[in-house]
Amino acid sequence: MSKFVKLKKGFNINLTGAAKKKVVESIIPNVFALKPSDFYGIERPKLMVSEGDTVKAGSPLMFDKKHPDVKFTAPVSGEVVEIRRGKKRKLLEIKILADQRIEYLEFHKYTVSELSNLSREEVLKQLLPSGIWPRFIQRPYGIIANPSDKPKAIFISSFDSHPLAPGYDYLLKGEDHFFQTGLDLLRRLTPGKVHLNIDSDAEVSPLFGAVTGVQVNKFSGPHPSGNVGVQIHHLDPINKGEVAWTISPYGVVQIGKLFLEGIYDASKVFALAGPPVKEPQYYKTFDGAEIEKFVENNLTHDNVRFVSGNVLTGERVEKGGFIGYYDHMITVLKEGDYSEFIGWILPTSKKLSFHRAFGLLSFLNKNQEYDLDTNTCGEERAFVQTGVFEKVTPMDILPTHLLKAIMAEDYDDMEALGILEVIEEDLALCEFVDVSKHPIQSIVREGIDLMMQS
Amino acid sequence: MKAIKDILDQQRHLFQKGGKYENFYYLFEMAETFLFTPDHTAPTKGVQVRDAIDLKRLMMTVVIAMIPCLLFGIWNVGHQHYIATGQVASFIEKFGIGCYVVLPMLLVSYAAGGLVEVIFAIIRKHPINEGFLVTGMLIPLILPPTIPLWQIALGTIFAVVIAKEAFGGTGMNVLNIAMTARAFLYFAYPGQMSGDVWTYLGGATPVEGYSGATALAVAYDTSVAGTRTVEAALGDSWYAGLYELKNLFLGAMPGSVGETSTLMVLLGAAILIVTGVGSWKIIVSVFGGTLLMGYLFNLLGLNEFMSMPPHYHLVIGGLAFGAVFMATDPVTASHTETGKWIYGFLIGVLTVIIRVFNPAYPEGIMLAVLLMNVFAPLIDFYVVQANKKRRLKRATV
Repeated sequence: MSKFVKLKKGFNINLTGAAKKKVVESIIPNVFALKPSDFYGIERPKLMVSEGDTVKAGSPLMFDKKHPDVKFTAPVSGEVVEIRRGKKRKLLEIKILADQRIEYLEFHKYTVSELSNLSREEVLKQLLPSGIWPRFIQRPYGIIANPSDKPKAIFISSFDSHPLAPGYDYLLKGEDHFFQTGLDLLRRLTPGKVHLNIDSDAEVSPLFGAVTGVQVNKFSGPHPSGNVGVQIHHLDPINKGEVAWTISPYGVVQIGKLFLEGIYDASKVFALAGPPVKEPQYYKTFDGAEIEKFVENNLTHDNVRFVSGNVLTGERVEKGGFIGYYDHMITVLKEGDYSEFIGWILPTSKKLSFHRAFGLLSFLNKNQEYDLDTNTCGEERAFVQTGVFEKVTPMDILPTHLLKAIMAEDYDDMEALGILEVIEEDLALCEFVDVSKHPIQSIVREGIDLMMQS
Repeated sequence: MKAIKDILDQQRHLFQKGGKYENFYYLFEMAETFLFTPDHTAPTKGVQVRDAIDLKRLMMTVVIAMIPCLLFGIWNVGHQHYIATGQVASFIEKFGIGCYVVLPMLLVSYAAGGLVEVIFAIIRKHPINEGFLVTGMLIPLILPPTIPLWQIALGTIFAVVIAKEAFGGTGMNVLNIAMTARAFLYFAYPGQMSGDVWTYLGGATPVEGYSGATALAVAYDTSVAGTRTVEAALGDSWYAGLYELKNLFLGAMPGSVGETSTLMVLLGAAILIVTGVGSWKIIVSVFGGTLLMGYLFNLLGLNEFMSMPPHYHLVIGGLAFGAVFMATDPVTASHTETGKWIYGFLIGVLTVIIRVFNPAYPEGIMLAVLLMNVFAPLIDFYVVQANKKRRLKRATV
């Protein structure tokens, strides 16, 4: 029973500098890193390597005390050159100097006929130590899935509707066989359904169009139609006491490779995009790649910010920083550290706004692409109800009331108003459109943390 | 621009922590952010680009929407002055008198309210919020032109302190601040807020037969006298055509400074609706509630006021102004979309009921808005409860 869901609420942020469909494979940086801060829901990471050790791609680097079976592994083979710690010895980065030729740790290689008879336990036994497991995200809370849970369903969003985000069909071109194998294995993990949600506003790629054994649902509408949380809300919403898992198509392909080829393949195509990028395009590298080499001599502007991920949910990284575990793009933005004379009232068509208040003219030209920078376009103010959050949240959730319940630390109300159904990214647009410039996503995470402790 | 920026930058250390005027930092911040949008950038994690909107622009949009009412009001104060005193005057002369009366009202309202805002911002150490840009303009527009300036100051201070700051400041008030100011003055100084106060005479003697009664008062009197219809009573004014339907709509008649002209209010409504700053749902439902209640009263027809054609309710008194600029105040209105329909509709219904049945308060919209401000959280409560119930229903445990 596939479903078609048409969403009306939401907003597309059109930026200049979308990546051209061209993959460059020649540039490979030397250093790669695993960043424990990329992962939600880990209590205390325990290191399994020390500086100077050599590792293969797929060798365990650390585990979390809460789930010692789940290993976080090396994306490439090479030497552990630095273990960077921050305040209170908090583990920040495990850096690996990559070999010229990547060597892979060998996992069990299954034949196609063997695969069809695997039990849930056998699948888990292969998955947990491989480094792929953290790609399973649990709803509620958006944390790494607990392998002992039996989720009511597994959801995959096949498209990313965030600004400038690359299409998974392009990133995973030619991986059809691995993708289907991955889907087949996912079915062992849940007694319920595996949902693959595709974008009905775009042409269906063969990668997703020809899959079997899963429920294919279509979604139409502006961002956040591609957010898996929004999709779950319309397909089979999370209720109290229920657990569902999500995974990205990239993770599904990785699973296919792990079982068919016996390797943890962390190679990854990512998009380098954003207004100040000279040649926005795709690059093939590995998880955790250092971004410096990709952006060198490729910018039109000096004072820029590098964001691992997209402009709505991403995180700022330094030039010598690394691509996040879950990210498939680096967005470059001009820093907006300038002030503008009476900028709060000047009419402008160069700045994007969801609003149509006096002088904000962007609504007249919906398809224009904007060269936005990181300026907040105003200062933080007391919260004033405007009703705008509700207009960018295509769910039967009242964001304002939910946020107020979080700030009041009212556990019952938070739950009743739907905190189990959202994570930060689902309310990221609220943060963009907020008149009072509040950190909405951090507030959502605070609420989730409170719920997890309760 | 650079020069101004440099001057500000040079003074900044005085207002920062440890500076001579550190207590007045938010005053400095206000001046600075009005001159220059700040160079703040998005934090490390989260949304890296932001919408071009800010609170200042949002509030200024409402102020801009009120400008047609203000300008017309200024002219109308002069116009009423000259027809009441029987003189012929040019547009400029009328506008001049209007400015002489209205601008001091505006100034006093902004000064008194602004002062309270600044004091509270300093004591509470929070930024000065721009909401008062709107309130400061609303207050003079809903008061009679003859009101003493000290009463405006008092009413404004009362409203900002009691209706807003006592509840925690901007965004937390339950009652509409401007309406609270008006209600306070209405009950504290009824002599200056009702009766023959709607035309600025300025000491001059009015012409013979002059009456300062508003259309609303004339309409109400018909229900007491019971001798003729409201339309007939309004048509038979001391100044030819003063209360004819067309003029009631255009607004060249006595009344509060900014609320006489339904046309100008609709112009403001158009600005609010096109910009999305005011809720069209509330505006439409207030008008809808008014017409429906007016029509129901027509069916009952117990007295002449009840038999008045319902559309007259929209053009007499301050209903249109209240519906567009007061009821839509997003802080005190219903916060939920479903709630907005109910909230607006009941404001319309209550306005007509108060107008028709209550001899003491001919202007119903003021009390209707305040009353529904109080009930808005209750409406929201049920709408939110319904949302919670839908979620609970799905759950199995």
